[in-house]
Amino acid sequence: MQLLDYIPFLVEGVPWTLALVFSGLTMGFSLGLPLSLIEAFGSRGAKLVVDAYVWFLRGTPLLVLLSLLYWGIFPSLGIKVSPFIASIVALGLRSSAYQSQIFRSALLSIESGQLLAARAMGMRDSQVVMHVLVPQALRIALPSWSNEYAIMLKDSSICFTLGVMEILTRAKYISTATGSALFPFLIAGLLYLALTRAGVEAIELLHRKVRIPGTLGGE
Amino acid sequence: MDFLLELLTALSSGLLRTVELIAISAPCGIALGALLGALSIYGGRILSSIVKLFTAILTGFPLLVTMLLIFFGLPEFGIYLGPTESALLSFVLCSGAYISQYVKGAIMSIDEGQSLAARALGMTRAQEVIYIILPQALRRAIPGISNEVIYMIQYSSLAFAIGVQEVYSISKSLNSIIFRPLEIFTALALFYLALCTLANFLFKLARRRLRVMESELP
Repeated sequence: MQLLDYIPFLVEGVPWTLALVFSGLTMGFSLGLPLSLIEAFGSRGAKLVVDAYVWFLRGTPLLVLLSLLYWGIFPSLGIKVSPFIASIVALGLRSSAYQSQIFRSALLSIESGQLLAARAMGMRDSQVVMHVLVPQALRIALPSWSNEYAIMLKDSSICFTLGVMEILTRAKYISTATGSALFPFLIAGLLYLALTRAGVEAIELLHRKVRIPGTLGGE
Repeated sequence: MDFLLELLTALSSGLLRTVELIAISAPCGIALGALLGALSIYGGRILSSIVKLFTAILTGFPLLVTMLLIFFGLPEFGIYLGPTESALLSFVLCSGAYISQYVKGAIMSIDEGQSLAARALGMTRAQEVIYIILPQALRRAIPGISNEVIYMIQYSSLAFAIGVQEVYSISKSLNSIIFRPLEIFTALALFYLALCTLANFLFKLARRRLRVMESELP
C-alpha cells in the first residue's frame, strides 16, 4: 500500500480523539463547576479538601494518572474498564481540577454589588448563585476554557499508551506498517493543529455571541 | 514504609534520569523562549514571521508527536539522535515555543518610555533589548514560565515512548515484574507532585527576589 492510502485510516482517528476530548471536557465541567463554587463560597474546611484535590491532579502527569487508574485503582475496586473509558476518566479528572480554577477566578471576578443587588431583590443565596453568578461566570470563563480545550486535545494523544484508536495510535500503526515515520506523524500533527484551530475559532465565535455587554471583554 | 524505601531504591536510576532531563531542558527552554520572544518583536518582518510559524507549529502539535517526529522522522533526513537527545530537543523546542508567547506578552506590556529613555542615552537597539527590555520582561513572565516548567516536569514522563529510561519507564517495567500497580504508580504520582511543588516554590522565591520596586506590579 502507498502511504497516501493510509490517510483515511488516520482520519478515522479524528472521531475517537474528539470523543475523548468532549467526554473529558464534559466530565471536567460537571465536576469542576461545583468544585469552583466550593472554592469561591465554601467553608474553610471544604476549601482545603478541594485545594488538596486540585493540587494532586494538577501535579500528577496525565500518563501517571492514567496508569494508576487503569492498572491500579479500577482493578483493585474490581471494576473492569476499557482503555477508552479509563482515558476519559483520567482526562476528565485532570480537567476538573483545571476547570475548577478557571471558574473560580471567573466567579470571583464578578462585582460584589451584583450579589448585594440580588439579595436586595429577595433572592436566596442558592438563587443568586444559579441565576446571577454562574451564568456570568460561564461567559467570563469562555476564553480560558478555550485554552483548556486546546490542552486537552493535545493531551488526548497520551491515550495512545493504552492503545485507544485515536489519531496518534493510528499514526504509530502506519509508521510500523510502512517503515516511514515522517509522513504519518506529520499528518497526525497537522490534524491536531487543524482541530485545535477549528475548536478555538468556534469557541471564539460563541464568545462573541454570549459576551457580557458593558464589560471590557464585551466591547 | 519499608516497601516505599525499597521502591525508591529500585526507581532511583529513573528518578535521576528524570531530574536530569528537567535540569537540562528547563534552562534551555527558558533561554530559547526569551530568544524567540525577543525575535518575534524585534526580529524584523521576515524573521518574526518565521518565528510565528515555528511557534504555531510547536504549540499546535502535541509534544508526543513532536518527540516521535524528531526520534523516528529525522533519520529519514540522515539525522540520527539518540532517545535522550531527541527527548531533550523536543522538550526544549516545545517549552521554548510556549515560553516565547509569555515573553512576547511581557515585552509588549513594558512602558514605551523605557525604550525611549534607552535610546536617549545613546544605546543601540541590541543594547536596549538586552539590558533594558528583556530583564524587565523576563521578570514579568515568571508566572507564565513557571507554569510551563511545571508542565514540562509532567510531560517529561512521555520520554518513555521513545525508550528513555526515565522514572515512568522504570516504574512500568518494575510493575510488570512485581505487579504492585497501586503502590508503584501512587509513589510515582507523589514523586512528580514533590517535584512540581518544589519548582513552584523556587519560582515563587525567584519572583520575590527579582521583584523590582514598581508600583504597577503586586
